[in-house]
Amino acid sequence: MTYIAKPRLHHPSLVPNKVGYTRRDYEGKVSTLCAGCGHDSISAAIVQACWELDIEPHRVAKLSGIGCSSKTPDYFLGASHGFNTVHGRMPSVLTGAALANRDLLYLGISGDGDSASIGIGQFAHAMRRGVRMVYIVENNGVYGLTKGQFSATADRGSKSKKGVVNPENPVDLIGLALQLGASYVGRGFSGDKAQLVPLIKGAVRHGGAAFIDVISPCVAFNNHAGSTRSYDHVREHNEAVARIDFIDLAPEVTADPAPGEVFELKQGDGSLMRLRKLHDGYDPTDRRAAMNLVQALSEQGEIATGLLYADPEARDLHQALDTVEQPLNQLQADRLCPGADVLARINAGLR
Amino acid sequence: MNRLEAVNDFVVKFANVNGSGSASANELFAKAILRMGVPVSPRNIFPSNIQGLPTWYEVRVSERGWLGRRGGIDMMVAMNPQTWDQDVREVQPGGYLFYDSTRPLPPESFRKDITVVGMPVTAICNATYEDPRQRTLFKNIMVLGALSALMDIEPEVIEKLFGEQYKGKERLLESNVRALHAGRGFAKDHLMSPQQQGLGLKVRRADRVGDRIFLEGNAAAALGCVYGGATVCAWYPITPSSSVAEAFMAYCRKYRHDAQSGRANYAIVQAEDEIASIGMVVGAGWNGARAFTATSGPGVSLMTEFIGLAYFAEIPVTIINVQRGGPSTGMPTRTQQADLLSTAYASHGDTKHVMLLPQDPAECFEFSAAALDLADRLQTPVFVMTDLDIGMNQRLCKPLAWDDSRAYDRGKVMSAEELEAGRDFGRYKDVDGDGIPWRTLPGTHPSKGAYFTRGTTRNPYAVYSEAGPDYIYNVQRLMRKFATAATLVPAPELRAAARKTRLGVIYFGSTAPAMDEALEALAEEGIHIDALRLRAFPFPVAVEDFIKGHDHVFVVEQNRDAQMRSLLINELEIDPEWLIKVLHFDGTPITARYITEAITKHVHALAVAPRRERIVS
Repeated sequence: MTYIAKPRLHHPSLVPNKVGYTRRDYEGKVSTLCAGCGHDSISAAIVQACWELDIEPHRVAKLSGIGCSSKTPDYFLGASHGFNTVHGRMPSVLTGAALANRDLLYLGISGDGDSASIGIGQFAHAMRRGVRMVYIVENNGVYGLTKGQFSATADRGSKSKKGVVNPENPVDLIGLALQLGASYVGRGFSGDKAQLVPLIKGAVRHGGAAFIDVISPCVAFNNHAGSTRSYDHVREHNEAVARIDFIDLAPEVTADPAPGEVFELKQGDGSLMRLRKLHDGYDPTDRRAAMNLVQALSEQGEIATGLLYADPEARDLHQALDTVEQPLNQLQADRLCPGADVLARINAGLR
Repeated sequence: MNRLEAVNDFVVKFANVNGSGSASANELFAKAILRMGVPVSPRNIFPSNIQGLPTWYEVRVSERGWLGRRGGIDMMVAMNPQTWDQDVREVQPGGYLFYDSTRPLPPESFRKDITVVGMPVTAICNATYEDPRQRTLFKNIMVLGALSALMDIEPEVIEKLFGEQYKGKERLLESNVRALHAGRGFAKDHLMSPQQQGLGLKVRRADRVGDRIFLEGNAAAALGCVYGGATVCAWYPITPSSSVAEAFMAYCRKYRHDAQSGRANYAIVQAEDEIASIGMVVGAGWNGARAFTATSGPGVSLMTEFIGLAYFAEIPVTIINVQRGGPSTGMPTRTQQADLLSTAYASHGDTKHVMLLPQDPAECFEFSAAALDLADRLQTPVFVMTDLDIGMNQRLCKPLAWDDSRAYDRGKVMSAEELEAGRDFGRYKDVDGDGIPWRTLPGTHPSKGAYFTRGTTRNPYAVYSEAGPDYIYNVQRLMRKFATAATLVPAPELRAAARKTRLGVIYFGSTAPAMDEALEALAEEGIHIDALRLRAFPFPVAVEDFIKGHDHVFVVEQNRDAQMRSLLINELEIDPEWLIKVLHFDGTPITARYITEAITKHVHALAVAPRRERIVS
């Protein structure tokens, strides 16, 4: 349970980052998830990405829906405010929070039940609205907390722990996000931290709606033979489209790979993502190409992972609404209230 | 035949087809009378439809200033053949029927006990205009012209209104003025005789409007949100609340753009549904912005899961509920006060919510701004319970007022300095004895004050706990907070009868103008009643005192199930016998006549009818 106190041992070898925090400062409470749960690896990747990016923990707001994945914000970034909202409705709460204060980093954590079933509407609309956020779905194809029912992302033909074969087609959140206008779309695997950390870092620096679908096997209910979300299955069928390096604001030029094989993707804030192509014809700035590639790999039973699409020119909801620079929650009456004189004029016009 | 004769005291109803452009001409009729210094109170009775269905506009003209519906129609302007029979039936004996006589109607279409005035409006328009659109639009203006001649409405006043409406559009202005005078000319030449100077219903210039203003409750509520400092509005269209968000948008465009940058000091999102609207408001409120949504009953139903979360996680939320009729789609364009119970106790588990009950647009303004303060102060959802009658009709009310020295009450928000100074922070701890805990906003302090918000039970320090005592501490504190709310919400208004009485009446919201008039009518009959207008839930102590100070208390409301009475019985543990229901729920606004008759009947039944000598004073 989450009231177990976590020992706060500060190992002398813990290195502080540029803003003076060690990796430990980005951790949260002890996880209450099952041992070996993929979600804990994702929490660890979030911790590492935020530490490496020198983000002050209290400038992050973590929001989630309901489910195993949605419990995880308690297990990382303990110095950040968190909000465990209602099932499937995290995107709207995050949208409202982001409208209130544009200066924080919004981390939305959800699961496949939370985002692809009950919350598919809110997922879709948050993507099309371009809310600036990092939206991570910890996707295991199963309902864990309620003990093993299929979720909407379970593949057709996949077998449940009880031996039931899923007769329905899966929802592919990646395809949806691409189609709905998400401006940063990637897929990771909780078992591949080397890929996941730069993927999250890129999303953090992105200027619009960033979505990462992370395949995260459920060791309790969906890690058996016949499941298409087990560690073994995902390892065998994981097809990374590119190898990613993320280079924060001041890019260092390292050994240049051969031209033509590398994509340098500049993010809104000037940081750089460097992608080494693994697939012919893969262009991470081409939405249509990304959709085609994901579809083609899916038809072969492969799971495309890596950064699938990013729009370096992405805009967000605040830009669309043309809101002031200063966060709306800091505006005072002098800027909000038109005052008694204006009201007298309004009254005069209503006679 | 007895012809109704009245000056500045009558009811005219226009029967039209919706989408025919009648609305603006009808509004001109009402506004012209208002400009002549005579109070009017118009009501739209419209269908849930865009074009082709019947719509009515009922204008009450009352020099005495009665703004409720009176009941009964003195003149029908029957321009809709679909509803002819019903419209003709509605006219009071001795009343008037004005109609388009282009097509002759058989004599049995009329009544003998009313005066019929026929004007071949369609024929005149067809002869005057080529363009079919103009033929329809100017028909309404010609009728207005004829009525102005028949009822002594000053044409200069209407011309001035045209001038304001068509500022900078000279061509439109001119053609409207021409149509107006064409109508007047026809009326003078054909509908009036030296013996009968028009109708018996006349308007005469008076000075009874004063500095009062004329606007819709929804616009007033929106303006209240602007003045109250709302920065985030998330909404989903639903009749009759949509115009709240639309007006907020319009006022923000005008008054909320940064002087230097020109950028918006607000954010408005039309959400994908009511669930997302309330979710955004919850998120913004959690993050310290003043946020609101406007909806109606079905929207509140969709929002209830979030309302429970906001109640339990203690997040400021302002919801304007413009009530409409019925369960389900019910009567979406009719009015009722039927969301009281579903709102007061919205959501699962033990929940109770604050509701403010405005009586008119001025209070829609005042209470919307107050709701934003109360939501921050109480960290809970606050509902402004208006309705279609107030929200979508222009209503005469006192001018909107704002005191520039008024500061927003942002409630108990702990600052970075306070946290740094080591002040104890327990998110769900009652440190002040009022049940209201302190909160922190995300991003405030690098190492102190962060907590995890959730709907799940936790201890006073926001640490997850399903332990019984922690739960009980929390929900009892919430009860304490609700008791605090009763001391902060607008107090009820007491109006004592002219003489000592054992009878009381409780009413609220849009019933107020009809009640004002009914109280006077009852007093004239010798029935004296002390009246208490509720302005909020939870009920301040004065409400219980009022009930206990009377032998019988009528509760007048516009729903079938006597929902306010149930709330009173439930919350104050009042003996149901004490409270007598007076209910009106056909979807039209309650009338003074209805209340007067119902209460009179009850009073006689109670055998508390006043003795003769008490009537003759």
